[in-house]
Amino acid sequence: MTNALKDMLENRDWILADGATGTTLFNMGLSSGDAPEMWNVDEPKKIHALYKGAVDAGSDLFLTNTFGGNASRLKLHDAQNRVAELNRAAVEIARDVADTAGRPVIVAGSVGPTGEIMVPMGSLTFDDAVEMFHEQAEALKDGGADILWAETMSSSDEYKAAAKAFALAGMHWCGTMSFDTAGRTMMGVTSADMVDMVNKLENGPLAFGANCGVGASDLLRTVLGFVAQGTETPVIAKGNAGIPKYVDGHIHYDGTPDLMADYAILARDCGATIIGGCCGTTTEHLRSMRNALESQEKGPRPSLERITDALGGFSSASDGTDDDAPKPRVTRRSRRA
Amino acid sequence: MDEEDDIILSELPDDELTLQMHDDLYDGMKEEIDEGVNILLGRGWAPYRVLTEALVAGMTIVGKDFRDGILFVPEVLLAANAMKSGMSILKPLLAETGAPRVGKMVIGTVKGDIHDIGKNLVGMMMEGAGFEVQDLGINNSVEKYLEALETEEPDILGMSALLTTTMPYMKVVIDTLVEKGMRDDYIVLVGGAPLNEEFGKAIGADAYCRDAAVAVETAKEFMDRKHNQLAAG
Repeated sequence: MTNALKDMLENRDWILADGATGTTLFNMGLSSGDAPEMWNVDEPKKIHALYKGAVDAGSDLFLTNTFGGNASRLKLHDAQNRVAELNRAAVEIARDVADTAGRPVIVAGSVGPTGEIMVPMGSLTFDDAVEMFHEQAEALKDGGADILWAETMSSSDEYKAAAKAFALAGMHWCGTMSFDTAGRTMMGVTSADMVDMVNKLENGPLAFGANCGVGASDLLRTVLGFVAQGTETPVIAKGNAGIPKYVDGHIHYDGTPDLMADYAILARDCGATIIGGCCGTTTEHLRSMRNALESQEKGPRPSLERITDALGGFSSASDGTDDDAPKPRVTRRSRRA
Repeated sequence: MDEEDDIILSELPDDELTLQMHDDLYDGMKEEIDEGVNILLGRGWAPYRVLTEALVAGMTIVGKDFRDGILFVPEVLLAANAMKSGMSILKPLLAETGAPRVGKMVIGTVKGDIHDIGKNLVGMMMEGAGFEVQDLGINNSVEKYLEALETEEPDILGMSALLTTTMPYMKVVIDTLVEKGMRDDYIVLVGGAPLNEEFGKAIGADAYCRDAAVAVETAKEFMDRKHNQLAAG
């Protein structure tokens, strides 16, 4: 089956994805507390501007405004019955922007986590997660998405549930996790664990990787972790524009466009193929990233020192993939087992 | 595994049994914790002693390893579930014996913010450490916090925000407490991904807590200080 992203991956050495959705919408006047997905219907011009901003800044691929578009998240706004409507509307606007871009641009239907904790720790079952993701996947497909895109996942089971739902919808997909806790996801998944999980999926992604998390340097350490496993699947790097700082009553991300240009180059040198930003990444950052990727050749794989020199230090000494990672204590039962 | 190697909880002396229960909490073994709690009660331990020496002490170890990036959320939730199970046996007994309460917390995500995983984790870990927790959910206005403080009479107010656009609302809540002369009645703890210690200080919170484990440690420290002050006063 032919697919726009498959073609692009075959013909290009790198693909520029988009930047921040939330940050941009807040700057357009979204009040915090409201579901961004409502704007797909209530403020379609602003969503159009959000997408067009990324495309005009050089993005080859952008995600739809549907991150919280599953029934579990929409329920917080009493909109759990509007999954189909809100997702389809988001993709229809995106389709219009992509199809008038004058160059190939890919519409990726964003699917974020349910926000629930899965069994046995929590109450969400695998089948219920699949059902929720499937409902959203069908709507994104109906709207005309080229691919589906799971992001900011922290649980392997939830990532697998999304994969299964996307197979049920018959869609190609990509999927990223957020490595924000000592180099692992909140649920303790390391970069190596993710590669292993992705390799075992029946309906594997076209590309996989990391998004959000802590800073740009942590994200690249994760990318090096993926590559160290010798994966054949293309890798995605979508890092935040630095770290949020509270200055004089305002918040801003400390990553400048120049820093994000360095990040984009280093991400490609690390082995990432699809490169973009996450929180705090504006169109100005994207332009700077595009320029850097176009004007510079791919270099050798950087060392961890090179990454920290360019982008700042890591948030933790180990990311759980080396022998230096601290080990759980040996309990009497685990010793005997 | 050799039959003789089986750990028979009822055959362990008190000191070994409490150590074994710390291990069992670490491994998230709910039934073994229930069994251990019942054995200690059967041996005449006061419910409060079972709570502090067997359960809370065990969860402290779990909390430290979570803080240090050795254990992660799944292990911690299993441990907290085991702790809660043991706690449910103790709760009615604690009330009967008039044991001192560990502490009570009202927690909620601030107005404008719909994120709740971090806040839920803090709630579960606090319960795991023996605190009573009243969860206000997401998107809480200053009025909702005030109402809960009045009806629940907690020791601690916990506020969470995951957005850079909503974290300043924490200051609105704290400023209102100051205005009403209620600020010193509560220990105010704040947390959430975009926050830091600097921010916590700037808005007048008692402490910023980096994660759920730190929240529990900090809450316990402040409660100890409060008890000392009461004893001294």
